[in-house]
Amino acid sequence: MARLIRTEKEVEGRYEEVWLVVEEDSLDQWPAGPREIVGRDAVRIDGRERATGQAVYTADLQKPGMLHTAVLRSPYPRARVTSIDLAPALALPGVHAAIGPGDIEQLTADCSFQGEAVAAVCADTLGQARAALRAIACEFEVLEPLLDPDEAVRRGSLLGEARERARGDYERGLAEADVVVEAEFRTQVVLHNSMETHQAVVEWIGEGVEVHISTQYIWGIRDAVAQGLGLPADKVRVVCRYMGGGFGSKNGPDEYTFIAAELARRTNRPVKCALTRREENTAAGNRNATIQRLTVGARSDGTLTALGGEFVNAVGWSGWSSGTEGPMQMLYACPNVKTVTYGAKLNLPPMKAFRAPGFVEGTFGLEALLDELAAKLDLDPLELRRRNHTDEAPEGNEYSGKNLLECYRRAEPHWERRHDVRARSTETVKRGVGMASQIWYGGGGPPSYAWIRVGSDGRATVVTAMQDIGTGTRTAMAQIAAEELGIPLEHVTVTLGDSDHGPYATLSAGSSTTPSVGPAVRAAAADAREQIEEIAEQRGLKGASVAEVVDVLEDAQILGKGARGPNPTGKQVLTFGVQVAEVAVDIETGEVWVERIAAVHDVGRVINPLGASSQIEGGIIQGIGHTLSEERLHDPATGRLLTTTLDAYKLPTIADVPEIVSELIDVPDQHLTNLGSKGLGEPPIIPTAAAIANAIRDATGADVRQLPISREEMLRALREAEARQKEKVGAPAGV
Amino acid sequence: MQLTVNGHQYDVHGEVGTTLAEALREELSLTGTKIACGEGHCGACTVLVDGEPVLSCITLVHAVDGARVTTIEGLRAHPMIDAFVRSDALQCGFCTPGQIVSAVALVESNSTPTTEEIRHAMAGNLCRCGAYPKIEEAIRTWQG
Repeated sequence: MARLIRTEKEVEGRYEEVWLVVEEDSLDQWPAGPREIVGRDAVRIDGRERATGQAVYTADLQKPGMLHTAVLRSPYPRARVTSIDLAPALALPGVHAAIGPGDIEQLTADCSFQGEAVAAVCADTLGQARAALRAIACEFEVLEPLLDPDEAVRRGSLLGEARERARGDYERGLAEADVVVEAEFRTQVVLHNSMETHQAVVEWIGEGVEVHISTQYIWGIRDAVAQGLGLPADKVRVVCRYMGGGFGSKNGPDEYTFIAAELARRTNRPVKCALTRREENTAAGNRNATIQRLTVGARSDGTLTALGGEFVNAVGWSGWSSGTEGPMQMLYACPNVKTVTYGAKLNLPPMKAFRAPGFVEGTFGLEALLDELAAKLDLDPLELRRRNHTDEAPEGNEYSGKNLLECYRRAEPHWERRHDVRARSTETVKRGVGMASQIWYGGGGPPSYAWIRVGSDGRATVVTAMQDIGTGTRTAMAQIAAEELGIPLEHVTVTLGDSDHGPYATLSAGSSTTPSVGPAVRAAAADAREQIEEIAEQRGLKGASVAEVVDVLEDAQILGKGARGPNPTGKQVLTFGVQVAEVAVDIETGEVWVERIAAVHDVGRVINPLGASSQIEGGIIQGIGHTLSEERLHDPATGRLLTTTLDAYKLPTIADVPEIVSELIDVPDQHLTNLGSKGLGEPPIIPTAAAIANAIRDATGADVRQLPISREEMLRALREAEARQKEKVGAPAGV
Repeated sequence: MQLTVNGHQYDVHGEVGTTLAEALREELSLTGTKIACGEGHCGACTVLVDGEPVLSCITLVHAVDGARVTTIEGLRAHPMIDAFVRSDALQCGFCTPGQIVSAVALVESNSTPTTEEIRHAMAGNLCRCGAYPKIEEAIRTWQG
């Protein structure tokens, strides 16, 4: 039965109230624990296609007559185009069309960040398009950029209003504290660097367009393209069967899709617009930098009495101010919390969501601050967190399910290793262990739908227009369908990634695909199973296998459909976890090695433990890059970007990977859908930086306050710790 | 120019400046070889030229006239493919063909590489999804 409800919809920590038609979720959850197929390791059902190079990504599309595009982008953070002449480009061989400022909304003469698109050319080959681009005569008047986030806040250059959130009486909480710790933390700009750059191939067919695009959200692209081109949404087909990573950066069509659409319209040919790696690392989104000025007050037993923070998100020219204050608001029982968050509007390339936006940054600040407090109080950091644990959501409504204490319990053996790890320190290489907690969303929500068809061969095809961005959701859906139908996993295929094939499914962001689409797939499979059981009854084959029951159907098919039911009313659906890091620090050079990370996460029922462990490892490895080596740098004087290539921007390699131990609580959230599963894409990257910073403190006594923890930052923190130590033992006056 | 690609002889007509990766992908439609950075920094475009791994995105096709080239399409029956799938050594899969070509080059010269040797040989193949622990496992267990 369909029902109209008013509900909160959450994506990447941002809530909006929406009207939704939901169908009731009438299936009981399976009992906890591994089933025949669900809860057991499954290799990716599309692993071979991807490994052999047969999987066709957007980057691999070759359409007859397809033209290639090069885009002229502003080399300056702020500049005005004073003159532009496209004619010399159009005169060159192979060139079919050129467009400039004003031809479409996405091309501009007023450039507000480096990489903003000014003009574009398409030609038979990419080489010809690039040569034509160089022939465009374009003059810029360079203007003074605004680059400093604090300066932007002072001047009122903000994206949206400052966000103030408070509970209790912060000032009174501070007054009640025995100890107060204040610290300023800074995090850097991090680049997504998906291996497949942002790109689209657009072709006008009949009255509509076909858009092949590397995206995390085919339905979002469909709507945005329809709106941008003034078409009915059903005249826009969006296809993405395989895509080479997104990490939050590929939720929208961006400028390149509209450039390709306009050039395709003008030339009546399919047109590809693909970003180069350098364009990707200039203007295709980033995790924005933050400044966090934090305060914690606590009683001498460690009970938190006040938490406060001023957060500045250096958003860039556009985007949104992510929930950097979220962990401070949500993680602990503290009764008095007051935060203010500013989104600084700057002449820097816009941010985009990047794997748990805000919470990665905010957890680094909060959890490093908590360990500074633990050190001051001479308390065990794990014990400090236990003392401030809460099973009642501090913001009011109940948790749908929370097993953070169990995560702490499971982390104990890893935490206990710290005595042995410290003992392996030498004169110049100090070792230590640190931990950090994790809180994030990941419950998904309606709407999402799935269809299923079962043929007379007893094989099933799941049809749903979702994406698999590399997280293994295609395989998880096959497992759920196979489990519900009672057929082997090899007998299920999954068709996805095409808005013309199958019903709506949610975006692959916010750790939402499995918890949103999975229950719909199970409902569709249950619908088909019930029909098969009816046929079995009529054939006197009750209890027989699906294949035996349907083998007389010839070309007839059993069709099932399913929808994602509502989230539990009045409950917060969140994910939790803890990570324990072991590090070695060379105190002479400032070099830091991560030697081991143990992760324990609570995401409800686990569909595929093998795929889940891969998600955890991948999140941790990105987190290590974020903590130690990755940084998008700009020249502070001119704002010009300095790290657009992969030799300048340091991604982790296989040689940087420590031992990683991953564990999952694997208890279904009993209030959440017919599966009790939450998402796991984002949680593992959240606590990594803080756990490493806290391990560094354990090893050396130094408080690192900035990401990445470069050798410079490490040596600064070591010198500061040394000075503090000298002060403590009382250096003679005048020395 | 002539190239022997995966055992088949081809006449290749690339313009001056055409890279081996472009010739393979555009002229021969062998799109298993990926271009992720286009400037020799990431390893996604790795192919074997006369048995040695090279970065095809920064190798001019004219420089390898007459060479024997093996791409991922020529390694479909190689046990390394199964090892990667079995170990879940891929996520989005875009870097995977390059990873597998580099891994095959390694085990062809050293069938039982140590962890250190694997890390040394594979450090030029970036994987943003972070499948590294399982790539290491796949190469360690490639013989099944």
